[in-house]
Amino acid sequence: MHTLSIYGARQGLLSGKFSSVELTRCFLDRIRKFIDLNAFITICEEQAMKSARKSDEKLAANDGIGELEGIPFAIKDLFLTKGIRTTAGSKMLHNFIPPFESTVSQKLLDAGAVFLGKTNMDEFAMGSANITSHYGSVINPWSSGDKKLVPGGSSGGSAAAVAGHLCIAATGSDTGGSIRQPAAFSGIVGLKPTYGRCSRYGMVAFASSLDQAGPITKTVRDAAIFLKVISGYDEKDSTSSHSPVPDFESFAGKSAKGLRIGVPKEYHIDGMSSEIEDAWRKGVDIMRDAGAEIFEISLPHSKYALPTYYIIAPAEASANLARYDGVRYGFRAEGAKSLDEMYEKTRGEGFGEEVRRRILIGTYVLSAGYFDAYYMKALKVQKLIKKDFDDAFAYVDLILTPTTPTSAFAFGEEPTDPVTMYMNDVLTVTANMAGLPGISVPICVDKLNRPLGLQFLAPRFREDLLIQGGYVLEQNSNFPTLKEII
Amino acid sequence: MKYVETSTGKWEVVIGLEVHAQIISNSKLFSSASTKFGSAPNENVSFVDAAFPGVLPVINSFCIDQAIKTGLGLNGNINLVSYFDRKNYFYADLPQGYQISQYKHPIVSGGYIEIENEDGEIRRINLERIHIEQDAGKSIHDQSPTKSYIDLNRSGIALMEIVTKPDMRSADEVTRFVKKLRSILRYLKTCDGNMDEGSMRADVNVSIHRPGTEFGTRAEIKNVNSIKFIASAIGFEIDRQIDILESGGVVDQETRLFEPSTGKTHMMRSKEDAQDYRYFPEPDLPPLVLEQCRIDEIRSTIPELPDAKAARLQRELDLPHYDASLISSEMETANYYEAALSHLPFGDNEAAKMLSNWMLGELFSYLNKDGKAIADCNISPKDLAELVVLIRREVISGKIAKEVLKLMWDSGKSASVTVEENGLRQITSVSDIEKCLVGILEEHPDKVAEYKSGKEKLFGFFIGQAMKKMQGKANPQVLNDTLKRLFEK
Repeated sequence: MHTLSIYGARQGLLSGKFSSVELTRCFLDRIRKFIDLNAFITICEEQAMKSARKSDEKLAANDGIGELEGIPFAIKDLFLTKGIRTTAGSKMLHNFIPPFESTVSQKLLDAGAVFLGKTNMDEFAMGSANITSHYGSVINPWSSGDKKLVPGGSSGGSAAAVAGHLCIAATGSDTGGSIRQPAAFSGIVGLKPTYGRCSRYGMVAFASSLDQAGPITKTVRDAAIFLKVISGYDEKDSTSSHSPVPDFESFAGKSAKGLRIGVPKEYHIDGMSSEIEDAWRKGVDIMRDAGAEIFEISLPHSKYALPTYYIIAPAEASANLARYDGVRYGFRAEGAKSLDEMYEKTRGEGFGEEVRRRILIGTYVLSAGYFDAYYMKALKVQKLIKKDFDDAFAYVDLILTPTTPTSAFAFGEEPTDPVTMYMNDVLTVTANMAGLPGISVPICVDKLNRPLGLQFLAPRFREDLLIQGGYVLEQNSNFPTLKEII
Repeated sequence: MKYVETSTGKWEVVIGLEVHAQIISNSKLFSSASTKFGSAPNENVSFVDAAFPGVLPVINSFCIDQAIKTGLGLNGNINLVSYFDRKNYFYADLPQGYQISQYKHPIVSGGYIEIENEDGEIRRINLERIHIEQDAGKSIHDQSPTKSYIDLNRSGIALMEIVTKPDMRSADEVTRFVKKLRSILRYLKTCDGNMDEGSMRADVNVSIHRPGTEFGTRAEIKNVNSIKFIASAIGFEIDRQIDILESGGVVDQETRLFEPSTGKTHMMRSKEDAQDYRYFPEPDLPPLVLEQCRIDEIRSTIPELPDAKAARLQRELDLPHYDASLISSEMETANYYEAALSHLPFGDNEAAKMLSNWMLGELFSYLNKDGKAIADCNISPKDLAELVVLIRREVISGKIAKEVLKLMWDSGKSASVTVEENGLRQITSVSDIEKCLVGILEEHPDKVAEYKSGKEKLFGFFIGQAMKKMQGKANPQVLNDTLKRLFEK
């Protein structure tokens, strides 16, 4: 039962093969059993069972059944959940119980989803290995033997929970790759929608112009079902889009014949392993065999995306995180004798090292005398990156690249300097910089049995193409899905 | 051009203002919380105003309309695209840790207000810009020896910052400018201008220099909240800067605070300590894009403003400039006058002038004495107009009218009711007056003889006696004419 997809679970529930209570119980038991993965920060057992019973009543009465009725989900601890503690992986919010629900989680609740709990994440979504959480690191369910692998980040808890079958699907958020990169590391599907496709209301903000919520699922079809539920304009988010929401699921199974797929030459980056190159080639072959046309394309400003990202994202973060001052909610340090001291102690003790680093970077690049050289220049480069994609999408429908330059690394083998760590995002940040949708689909495992993923990028609001291409890739990759945690 | 003269020569003063005007709106700039003044602390606070995690600002389009209206009313250019920025600083009553404001691309560019100097000179004070921003909350430090309290009711309320060019040259000009600005904003109903409630406050930039030389270094006096204080602060600042320069020092570019209890300004922070606000574009809000038709529609709702009104009153009613500008200077006064005017015979410009005299003279002195606003006056415009009509129709004399107005002020009754109830109707009947006069002449044969022998001053004596007998109600003209006629006989 635990390996069910949304699609499979929905069929089982609708046909009465099992109840939501049984399904929910199964996952709650697994969460307890594999508690060492540390995928969850908060488990909502009581509430989950209550909502499962409610779903069962609806299913029995065949009345008001939502699209996700009775299906157990996990929610990244960055989405505010009314009455359920929401920490964003930080000590700063260790005691924060939101008085309102995020739009994305509300849409899931309205569709009948059952919330199992809140998943672990890098603090304030800043990280690529889920090792910056105040609540401890998350372990990748693909780990075997003594070597524990990181799940990727920042949505590492959600990725581990989905890959380890501790839930059927989970929400993630992607600012520079935080959905796609952990999905690739964990052998599952992660979809970052177009900026503005899903409301950001009630998501703890990291970098407002880049943040986007999205599905982390076991299959491409599930990502399509999930995405449709959480998409749409929200009057509470002025940056959300009125763009119509198609029935994404109907694109799962659509032939790749005639699809024009671009392979950007700049994504063959220095130091990328041959296994990644092989995986990429495999993906290209699959698509070609399925009838797609393949083109080599150029995205000439790609190499500037990562450094530019690490100016814009921290700049916005430095302002977004200013509200955590100990005055109104969350952590407040003891013993301060003045307002300034209260700020210093609260923010010094409440934020972890990586968050403090990025606040400092952001503050620096916005400071008088540096603003033009860093921030303004970064905005100009961002325009060039967008233009690269606009030019490319005039010729191709989709772009296919590896999701990450390496497979998941083991604890203790992670890069020690932050800049090398930031390289994890080098292939994913471009989509955020350009506001484009992207999907990571597992393609194969490397010789250490660690999953590798490929990503499709599409023009703005063309997630339908991601589903179409991603489904073809998934169906033909023979990826050895993880059945059980060892 | 006026200068400040000292023993060392002339100084020219240069003043510019940044006026923060609270936009009249039921809800805040980015949230639906109420803007009601005087609510219990933290009563009007939404999750947005308290900057909870995950909240997002949503523009209140009414506030934008109000800013557009203000821009049009102040002769500015409305920018079809403007942007919001974040102004970053930490303070306990600034929940977000930044203020959402407009930095490089404000909603309004340019504009001007014309003021009339004491010598009648018209001076145009140019505006640099008007931008929209959110207010901060309030820190309360005097409730506990060890704690500070925060009231976020004001947090997120919409403000317009109206920035002038450095076009003013004296405290008097600034006073006139602020009064005129406040009057226009009240006409527009975009800011109530209540400085004591904090709805309008100003940062004042003052510098001095020798005429013909470059502008001096300015000091900025922050957050002055009454017109009187603005004038005192400028006066103090001019003296301070003159003292520094004349004793060979240099004025530092610094931020100062005005202390009302001493009438002095003191340093708040020096240029070296100036905050770096790290402005950058607000990523939670798309650019503010306006359609021309929206601007045109708002333009059509702009009422006649004081200058136009004064000009029209002068033109149409032949009112003197002084009357017309005084009537127009406050919307309530103008409304009262025009409401009263509608009850006077159309085209009767003499009546219009009489109405102006009665309103600006007698009525205003009663209002001032009782400290009442004209809007709260219990003599309605219609009643005042009726008083004028009664004078015009010679039902009462001007002298009696003063008594009638006093009775009306006390009782709230109409002019005609007051006249009838108190028997104050004027006696205009020639035969009644003649009868009275004949009686008086008969009572004073000696005085009559003296008059006839050339002591013409006694004419007034007979008039006075008659008036006394008729309780002052005799029509003075008829009385005069009749007496003359009797003597001629």
